[in-house]
Amino acid sequence: MKIALVLPILIPLLTAIACILAGASRAAQRGLSVLGAGALLAAGLWLACGVHAGGIQAVQVGNWPAPFGITLVADLFSAIMVVVAGFVGLCVAIFALANIDPARERFSFHPLYHVLLMGVCGAFLTGDLFNLFVWFEVMLMASFVLIALGGERPQIEGAVKYLTLNFISSGLFLTVLGILYGKFGTLNMADLAVKLSGQQSGVALSSAMLLLVAFGIKAGLFPLFFWLPASYHTPPVAVSAIFAGLLTKVGVYALVRVFTLIFTADPATTHGLIVIVSVLTMVTGVLGAAAQYEMRRLLGFHIISQIGYITLGLGLFTPAAVAASIFFLVHNILAKTNLFLISGAVGHVRGTGQLKQIGGLYHDYPWLALLFMIPAMSLAGIPPLSGFFAKFALVKSALAIESYIPVVAALAVGLLTLYSMTKIWAEAFWKADPAGAAAGERKAVPALMLLPICAMALLTVLIGLFPETLLGLASQAAGQLMNPSGYIEAVLGKTP
Amino acid sequence: METVLAIVIGGLYAISFYLMLRRSMVKLILGLVLFSQAVNLLIFTAAGLTRAQPPILAEGAAALPAPYADPLPQALILTAIVISFGVLAFTLTLTRRAHAGLQDDDLDELGRSDRL
Repeated sequence: MKIALVLPILIPLLTAIACILAGASRAAQRGLSVLGAGALLAAGLWLACGVHAGGIQAVQVGNWPAPFGITLVADLFSAIMVVVAGFVGLCVAIFALANIDPARERFSFHPLYHVLLMGVCGAFLTGDLFNLFVWFEVMLMASFVLIALGGERPQIEGAVKYLTLNFISSGLFLTVLGILYGKFGTLNMADLAVKLSGQQSGVALSSAMLLLVAFGIKAGLFPLFFWLPASYHTPPVAVSAIFAGLLTKVGVYALVRVFTLIFTADPATTHGLIVIVSVLTMVTGVLGAAAQYEMRRLLGFHIISQIGYITLGLGLFTPAAVAASIFFLVHNILAKTNLFLISGAVGHVRGTGQLKQIGGLYHDYPWLALLFMIPAMSLAGIPPLSGFFAKFALVKSALAIESYIPVVAALAVGLLTLYSMTKIWAEAFWKADPAGAAAGERKAVPALMLLPICAMALLTVLIGLFPETLLGLASQAAGQLMNPSGYIEAVLGKTP
Repeated sequence: METVLAIVIGGLYAISFYLMLRRSMVKLILGLVLFSQAVNLLIFTAAGLTRAQPPILAEGAAALPAPYADPLPQALILTAIVISFGVLAFTLTLTRRAHAGLQDDDLDELGRSDRL
């Protein structure tokens, strides 16, 4: 079982190395990339089954006992995230085969992509704060190169903003690590949880606030999100899609982890602030999207808006609300990545994502229109798709603790989300093509693009039809998060 | 000693953020460099300073006598230095490319692709 914890990190690393060794052969790199992503999904599923059956798993790397060595821990939340990362990683790896041009493939697109996945999985599995910083950097370094790869001018300009803000975020994270180590003498998350439990101290509160800023930049929370819509639309769609689906969510994962495990002494202050920030994130993100007329920029603002929903559940800080957050996180990763992939398919057949310049897609590609409707309506929260149950669970948990303002905001933002999705529908799919019938022959959507889009849409529908399966898992994961003694026992080998 | 270093660290944070808030690309890079140095110094100082007590076991001894320099923050700093070195090298090449495209040192010009 121990090997199952290491595999999600090892597989992408080996795939990246194999892709580099395959170097000159484009076909070999493409095959290895998909194979590696598939293996990662399988490893994730194996890990999730093990955690589901046998409880929280921990491995002390190099046999150094915690809290001295580096610990890898998988509770159900981590395992769910690894599975979703594997699934999204596989879908986007397949999509990339049709989307990434040979020049980018020659300049190591595939190895970088798998290093990125390694960083993401490492961040999900680590039980040590400094190790989390290292995985963040692994992930960021790969993402810096991926966002700039190709060297088109908008890409370079977006990359400068992306890099600067993430550098500052990492620096702040490291600052917190210095302060925490100086005060408590440990960076192991479980050990910190024990040392900080129940006591309110100024150092802990200021560390919590600095971490909120550091992870808030990475997750794209209000008012720290401005780098995101300025950079996510610049690289090729496959890169945007994996960034949109996974990278900001790693920031959210880190927020959930530290604010359920370590900084729980004063929830009225810390989690109250998270609720306020979440509501503002939801509202500003969706209003920003309403002003946009380019598909990927519009979707970029929606990433921010949806992040607000996920952190809202964390801020409400009841088992039901955290479960709703986890459900929302899974739904959102699937729907959002799929929308980016569809925008890529639209860009492929029409040559642009500018809504004013395209149209008539429903007439020319009715099934693509149908495939767009599934994640779009899911994002807006229309039953019976996954988004409806995510929002329903969140709103219900907020009503249960009589927190009404977030409920009003969540419902209003849902309406505005529907407005932006209808805008894309009306402009890109419904209205007549402004280029007219003179545009000539229709380009087909490559099967390699359709396959991942269909797979993700299918999963969105399935989650919508059988929500109790995922909701049950999410509740169980939230139960583990809200009662950290199991996590601490798995890591330190003793009850706190 | 800690007091002096605390003032130095505070000064470095202030200078680095001031530089990053300027519009010049060169000042941005200098700001990032100083920022990473300030953070490293903070980890070093926050973990406590112990003079001339290297954490090396005497021959035959089973444990270290009490006042000794904690080696862990130094290992953390070493890791952080390596990472920030890599990122800064990438930043330099990236900003060089951005400068070649813009023909300008002004970061505000980078906003052009964002306007509606």
